[in-house]
Amino acid sequence: MTLTPEADESELLAAFEATIERHDRIEPRDWMPEAYRKTVIRQVAQHAHSEIIGMQPEGNWITRAPSLRRKAILLAKVQDEAGHGLYLYSACETLGVSRLELTEMLISGGQKYSSIFNYPTLSYADVGTIGWLVDGAAICNQVPLCRTSYGPYGRSMIRICKEESFHQRQGYELLATMMRGTDEQREMVQESVNRFWWPALMMFGPPDDDSPNTAQSMAWGIKRNTNDDLRQRMVDMTVPQAEALGVTLPDPDLRWNEERQSYDFGSPDWDEFKDVIKGNGPCNRQRIAHRRRAHEDGAWVREAATAFAARAEGASA
Amino acid sequence: MSHTPDPSHLPDHDSVYDGLLGSDDSQWAFGTDFEDPLAGVDTTVPDGVDTHELATYCLMLADDALVMSHRLSQWCSNAPDLEEDIALANIALDLLGQARLLLARAAAADPSVVPALPEGSPVPPEDALAFFRGDREFRNVRLVETDNGDFAVTIARLLLFSTWRLALLQRLAVSRDHVLSAVAVKGVKEMTYHRDYAGRWFLTLARGTEESRRRLVTGLEATWPLRAELFTSHPVELAVAASGVGVDPSTVADEVDVLLEQVFSMSGVDRPEVGPLAGVRGETGRDGLHTEAFSRLLAEMQVVARAHPMGSW
Repeated sequence: MTLTPEADESELLAAFEATIERHDRIEPRDWMPEAYRKTVIRQVAQHAHSEIIGMQPEGNWITRAPSLRRKAILLAKVQDEAGHGLYLYSACETLGVSRLELTEMLISGGQKYSSIFNYPTLSYADVGTIGWLVDGAAICNQVPLCRTSYGPYGRSMIRICKEESFHQRQGYELLATMMRGTDEQREMVQESVNRFWWPALMMFGPPDDDSPNTAQSMAWGIKRNTNDDLRQRMVDMTVPQAEALGVTLPDPDLRWNEERQSYDFGSPDWDEFKDVIKGNGPCNRQRIAHRRRAHEDGAWVREAATAFAARAEGASA
Repeated sequence: MSHTPDPSHLPDHDSVYDGLLGSDDSQWAFGTDFEDPLAGVDTTVPDGVDTHELATYCLMLADDALVMSHRLSQWCSNAPDLEEDIALANIALDLLGQARLLLARAAAADPSVVPALPEGSPVPPEDALAFFRGDREFRNVRLVETDNGDFAVTIARLLLFSTWRLALLQRLAVSRDHVLSAVAVKGVKEMTYHRDYAGRWFLTLARGTEESRRRLVTGLEATWPLRAELFTSHPVELAVAASGVGVDPSTVADEVDVLLEQVFSMSGVDRPEVGPLAGVRGETGRDGLHTEAFSRLLAEMQVVARAHPMGSW
């Protein structure tokens, strides 16, 4: 039986849609619509870039960690982020795009990363706050992605989520320890939470009525919850923890809503969010320049490794 | 008072924060309080061993590891590729672990080496040693403290350092001191990997491109003058070697030389013809006499800890 190309394509599309409908995984060798491939690449690459850029704000404190135990925890955590980046780039490579191409997209500004990393880390408490709030928000975003439709991405997320929740606990534990310390340490924690609370809530992306990509991503099973849904969950889970820590979340509108069985809360400054996304955040240029410098400074090493491997292959052939 | 939201609308997430508010401390990977890094190890000082000499020797080995770890950790997010970011962080973590145990051993053997902190300070002794000593009290060799330079300098230094330290720890595994012996046994496995990593990259850079070879040769020449100090016996090292708890570094010189020669010959690299870096009035790293780079390194490492001598971390 021969099929016309159009009939062929429509059958493939039907099979693809049936797979999505059954909540099964799309695998690298399966047929997929070009737009789906592009969307998955965009999302996974952004996620990978976020891990890699995310090494910088916390890496900023490795050489100044105030105890040997904290230094080991922090160094191991930043190392984990490099590992997450590595396997997310690998997941992306299954869609026919190389790590080098993705890195070039990152440093040329062609692909984005999480806007949270464009905020500076200004005290050691920020290491704890990033673990508690930023990794916490990341987990809210990522746990549903363990069931995302693209197989390699979903499987990466299972491992990443386990490690992220470990990081989140470590962050919370640092803050809890500091809150039991001196007055200066408690002030340091509160000041850090004041700076990171709103940017952490912005991590879920713009409000649903202003999120252009959400509907298609949800239809394809790439994304499984709306931004506002996830943001509400984050707030509901975090408030009791803030109370247990003894810190105040900087939102005068935050209060329990008996009817909704959820917390009402204020609105992040979406103008600031847009400005950071546009590239004007406190650290956008610094983060990209750092990545670019590391990439360019390392070029001769990567070239040497490639040349050496080629020679070794030639010798054994 | 806080409210617990109805979990029924949290189908995917209900487990995310479970346990975060629990009172059971065992859930924390690193514990919530300071744990004694030497818990369960026999810390009795063997007969006939001078406690101050043992503590000073532990500081030497600890400071080598701590400062080398610091330099390697500076590569984090700066390495040539993600694989190298991960590997260098791994090595830095291993050395940091060795440093923590050795500093704790120094403090347990002779508490007088630990800097005094305000009454009631919760800072544990190994952290007091790492973060509250001045540069002249650090006993590390100068090899570990100079700036990282490029990746070739880092690899040349790591090759020298790991080959030397592995040889030391192999002998230290039979130390009469139970703690040193335990640290050495664990460290041998770690240093074997570090030496292998450095050796493979040394070969790769030597046989990679013209540029990588040029950089490697330059890096090795820059590092080489700091080599002689590794094998110079300090009176404390001689004393602990004599009492069977430590190793006289001059005794590993030949073995290290043979190993390095093998790497050089495989790589087609000549042994550098540069003289050893002199000390000042005969003093070098083991005597607490360091390079200009070192106090700057310490200033960075200690800045947060020193601002909070009563702090809990």
